Amino acid sequence: MKHESARGHVTGSAIYTDEQRVPERVLRLYPVQAKLAHARILGIDASAALAMPGVLHVLTARDVPGVNDTGPILHDEPLIPADEVSYHGQALAWVVAEDEEIARRAAARVRVELEPLPAILSIDAAIAAQRFHLPPSRIVHGDVDAALSAAPHRLSGEVRSGAQDHFYLETHSSWAYVDVDGLVQVTSSTQHPSETQATVAHVLGLPANRVVCRCLRMGGGFGGKETQANAFAALAALAATLTGRPAGIQLPRSLDMQLTGKRHPFLGRFEVGFDDDGRLLGLRADLVSDGGWSCDLSPPVLLRALVHIDNAYHYPAAEITGRIAKTHLPSNTAFRGFGGPQGMLIGEEILDRVARHLGLPPHLVRERNFYAEGQLTPYGQPVDDSEIRPVWDEVRRLAGFDMRWTERAAFNAASTDRKRGLAITPVKFGISFNKTEYNQAGALVHLYTDGSVQLNHGGTEMGQGLHTKMIVVAARSLGIDPARIRVMPTATDKVPNTSATAASSGADMNGQAVRAACETLKARLADVAAARLACAATDIEFADDQARFAGDPARAIGFVDLVRAAYAARVSLSATGYYRTPVIHWDPVALRGHPFYYFAYGAAVAEVEVDGRTGVHRLLRVDIVHDVGHSLAEAIDLGQIEGGFVQGLGWLSCEEVVHGQDGRLLTDAPSTYKIPTVKDVPEAFSVHLHERTKAPRAQVIGGSKAVGEPPLMLALAVREALRDAVAAFGQGGAVELASPATPEAIYRAIRQAQGRPLS
Amino acid sequence: MDDTTFLLNGEPRSLAAADPNQSLLRWLRGLRLTGTKEGCGDGDCGACTVALLEPAGPHWRAVNACLLPLGALPGREVWTVEGLASGDRLHPVQQALVDTAGSQCGYCTPGFVMSLAVAHAEGELAGHGCDAAIEGNLCRCTGYRPIRKAAQRLAAEPVAEDGLARRRQGPAAPLAGACLGAFESPTTLADALAAKVARPQAQWIAGATDVGVALSRGERPAGGSIALDRIAELQVLEIGADAVRIGAGVPLARLERELAGVFPALDDLLPWFAARQVKNRATLGGNLGSASPIGDLLPWLLALDAVIELAGPGGRRVQPADGYILGYRKTARQDEELVVAVRVPRHGGIEAGYKVAKRQADDISIVAAVYRIELDDARRVRLARLAYGGVAATPVRARAVEDLLLGREWNADTIETAAQSLEAAFTPLDDHRASAAYRRALCGELFRRFAEERVQRAGGAFLSAKDAKNAKEAS
Ligand SMILES: Cc1cc2nc3c(=O)[nH]c(=O)nc-3n(C[C@H](O)[C@H](O)[C@H](O)COP(=O)(O)OP(=O)(O)OC[C@H]3O[C@@H](n4cnc5c(N)ncnc54)[C@H](O)[C@@H]3O)c2cc1C
Ligand code: FES
Ligand code: FES
Repeated sequence: MKHESARGHVTGSAIYTDEQRVPERVLRLYPVQAKLAHARILGIDASAALAMPGVLHVLTARDVPGVNDTGPILHDEPLIPADEVSYHGQALAWVVAEDEEIARRAAARVRVELEPLPAILSIDAAIAAQRFHLPPSRIVHGDVDAALSAAPHRLSGEVRSGAQDHFYLETHSSWAYVDVDGLVQVTSSTQHPSETQATVAHVLGLPANRVVCRCLRMGGGFGGKETQANAFAALAALAATLTGRPAGIQLPRSLDMQLTGKRHPFLGRFEVGFDDDGRLLGLRADLVSDGGWSCDLSPPVLLRALVHIDNAYHYPAAEITGRIAKTHLPSNTAFRGFGGPQGMLIGEEILDRVARHLGLPPHLVRERNFYAEGQLTPYGQPVDDSEIRPVWDEVRRLAGFDMRWTERAAFNAASTDRKRGLAITPVKFGISFNKTEYNQAGALVHLYTDGSVQLNHGGTEMGQGLHTKMIVVAARSLGIDPARIRVMPTATDKVPNTSATAASSGADMNGQAVRAACETLKARLADVAAARLACAATDIEFADDQARFAGDPARAIGFVDLVRAAYAARVSLSATGYYRTPVIHWDPVALRGHPFYYFAYGAAVAEVEVDGRTGVHRLLRVDIVHDVGHSLAEAIDLGQIEGGFVQGLGWLSCEEVVHGQDGRLLTDAPSTYKIPTVKDVPEAFSVHLHERTKAPRAQVIGGSKAVGEPPLMLALAVREALRDAVAAFGQGGAVELASPATPEAIYRAIRQAQGRPLS
Repeated sequence: MDDTTFLLNGEPRSLAAADPNQSLLRWLRGLRLTGTKEGCGDGDCGACTVALLEPAGPHWRAVNACLLPLGALPGREVWTVEGLASGDRLHPVQQALVDTAGSQCGYCTPGFVMSLAVAHAEGELAGHGCDAAIEGNLCRCTGYRPIRKAAQRLAAEPVAEDGLARRRQGPAAPLAGACLGAFESPTTLADALAAKVARPQAQWIAGATDVGVALSRGERPAGGSIALDRIAELQVLEIGADAVRIGAGVPLARLERELAGVFPALDDLLPWFAARQVKNRATLGGNLGSASPIGDLLPWLLALDAVIELAGPGGRRVQPADGYILGYRKTARQDEELVVAVRVPRHGGIEAGYKVAKRQADDISIVAAVYRIELDDARRVRLARLAYGGVAATPVRARAVEDLLLGREWNADTIETAAQSLEAAFTPLDDHRASAAYRRALCGELFRRFAEERVQRAGGAFLSAKDAKNAKEAS
């Protein structure tokens, strides 16, 4: 099954938010930005801007008719700040003008008077000032003190991971107008139309039923459009209500990078106890994320880091604490993996340090610590239906790992200034939103009398192929040709109160809702068919664009005829479907429970060659085995795995977010912020869907497993391979490698390993 | 057809009412030709890639529409993604991307389609051509593998008989002069210089890969622009036995093709200089015009003792590359002068170029280095040129270390002494690309690498230029 929009993509005819035809010219918004990271706002003088031809309005905090807040969890995020600047580049006012050019020039004429205040610009500074969002979160499992003090070996360490810009190719985009009925119609590149609708209503002081939010498709999201789209939609809606004309924002790349949050940087400190064989006995870990100026989604991101630090490894006792630093930087947000990658990076660091401490091969220590069936995670969920071992063994065999382990040692013995590194790492990733109430979904399916089908569901399409998978689900359920089905733009007036398309759960949850709607329709159609074919409704099966009597396939009625007959018999041809994920529960105070419906598994082998003279590396080969259950659409799942891996590779190697001493983002364009290109992806890159011997136990849609986020963490194999190569330059012992492992970071690690650190 | 017309997908379009400084990308999107996307507006993502016909040949070239000012377009031909499919039938490039699942969100896809369509039409996909064709296109969704697969499939397919191919078989008509508002495109050097005398505030503009970034960000030249990309004299490329004369307006992609094998250090550097779309437009004259401390070709010109030919209203003069750069973005070129050509001697010693960046492909240098060494029969250093970019306010030679090397025997001791001196030769800055300490270290490490990799490989005999030539002929 091809992506439902593939033809539109390649011909350029697929339309995105900013490209729709609208009846009137759309006004454009452009921000007036703060040039300090923290300050008191003394005054804003927009008179010079307002005097310019083509300028209609300059939005400030005073213009907000409802509540000046867009915070999704805490109400700490003014849409337009009234009295305080919270980060460098923050928008203090928005010019509304006939076009972007005028708005931009007018914005430069708005005079802002600020009184500088001291700014906190790093996790360390926040810790020193004890500035955190919310009290600490703590997972406690067993008696850690006892476990650590009884452990034959103990070591402690620290590791940091860097921020990551989403760099979706389509920047944030929203436009809005007030229609003739006074409804506020918003089109937004949002992963969460229901929340965007709610935010717009809240800001405008309107009930939710006066606002409709639509999303056609996005040019990438990756979590960056989960909450961050809300403010831009609200600004466009505000401008539209104030001027009575359609108004919109499409952020230029540098503004998108300056104004929106990134993947949370993390600082992890750990103390781990283990035995002579490297078996883990106890872990105490303390994680601090950089939340930025407002809370946004930082608490659930932190939580997901806390519950993924274990990755595939069993700790008999653990105490894992997390805090969110409050800094004067943009508010960090969801990003594919949602804290999971940051937790697992720390987890893999620990495993490697344990192995090197004992002088054992890291892969040996890793596999010794895999969860055995039924063992408990630190948060109390049993790991059952585990595929860690099969996936690991499969990739190890396919990659020829054992032979290459020896070969790389031989290479390194013969080469002084270039070394090779090889590593294998597993991924175990929990599927479901930690917050139980988000685990529900809805769908609305219409059959028309010509046999065509309109499919509405709560998920949004951002390239992950969700719409395509939903077509597969509906076509399978109704037994019809997928070509009959058209997926409609996601809209809050079709399917209300939806959850974000996030947490890899889009296909799982919306798929079940779509199926439920289709099953309802099928039951109604079966009655009609049974009457026609003179059999029991329970004996009707739907396949090949027909309904037929199971006992005699020759007794059949075509799908179009059946729909017409149902219409004639006055049977409803429209149905909703609803789904809530079973089994899961979570105690948000004790941080214990069964938050995940199931785990996704994968493993990767990576080999690198590092140039000791420059720290530049080449990724030589990657092998991946990933468990997607029974794939709904193989090409799409492979694409998610490959794309996720490369995105993880960028986070761990070339993508570096750098702020100046004044808090200004220095890497606000692709000329300074480097995501991987085709040249960073090795020719030798093989991806296998895990061949399961049994179906997943969880009742997942079509037996398929979520695939959006987990593969990103497969890229940790590259980081560990780099570490293996760096180690080969030294004399053994811990290898401290910064993340991202840029050429400079690798070079520094090599010098460190050689005992001649670069000052 | 008026003289502000250009051909878009084969159809004439008038630019009479257009702002010459507006980018082709913005103009297309304003007309609701939204297949061409904006991912950055800076020339770095390739989402805006279109095909531009180079009259010599003619050949199609993939270029960034976000960097191309409308003023450069009158008389030219452009093809966009909208012009590829014929009715319901997809172009082979489009079909290949559909078949390999090469699009996910689809936003980057039209750019890839155009890069591949051009490379396919021009027969450039063979060998390593697949990656080279798409290295200037970023995709955040796919991880590139299906797109690379599509490219490899296309490499084996016959070229489509489409509009692109037909036009390519057409006549090679040189471009006439043009003028769109305050954007003039003369065809002779004399006209260009006269235009500048008439409008002293006007800026020269060649490939617009530097100027276009500023225009795309809304900056406007106060005194208009004089484009140099239609002047035949700036397009010369004379490969002589002792020297090569490179016209200031020759696109770097052409240098990469036509000078392959002539200058080892240039062969080392050009693959890492920007990406295909930029190299199809960027010029050596523009690199000298910007005179950026991280301009990658300036260290090369310094190391090779190149000579820059300038022309102004008062006549012509030559200026050694050494001495051309006076300070941060300050050069010995007078404002009313332009660079006509650069003469680069073919020395034949041992030379190599290195570039280290955060991401190796299409990134600005942290440090670039070009080295040239000649040794005499007694393995003593007869000549040394050690030129760097990224370590000071200008590209520079490490003169003290060059002097230190002179007359010394080339051995492990000498190499290490020089490397250590190089590590202390400059006081670079910390910035978002790298720390000063790393830059200093690279100054020495790259030299060590040069010694190991190139000098050693040159046979251990440490040949002089003439010996090297003889040895090559003998082998
Ligand atoms: C994505 C991207 C990547 C890049 N990567 C690199 C890189 O890796 N290395 C690197 O060095 N540069 C890089 N650049 C910068 C740029 O491409 C080069 O500096 C290029 O050589 C500029 O040439 P141009 O013809 O496009 O110059 P233009 O933009 O046309 O002009 C640049 C300047 O030179 C002046 N000028 C142009 N021609 C002449 C002339 N004949 N005489 C006098 N003045 C003249 C102009 O007035 C202007 O001031 C990159 C740019 C982009 C957009
Ligand atoms: S828009 Fe990114 S290169 Fe032109
Ligand atoms: S398909 Fe989304 S950026 Fe390439």
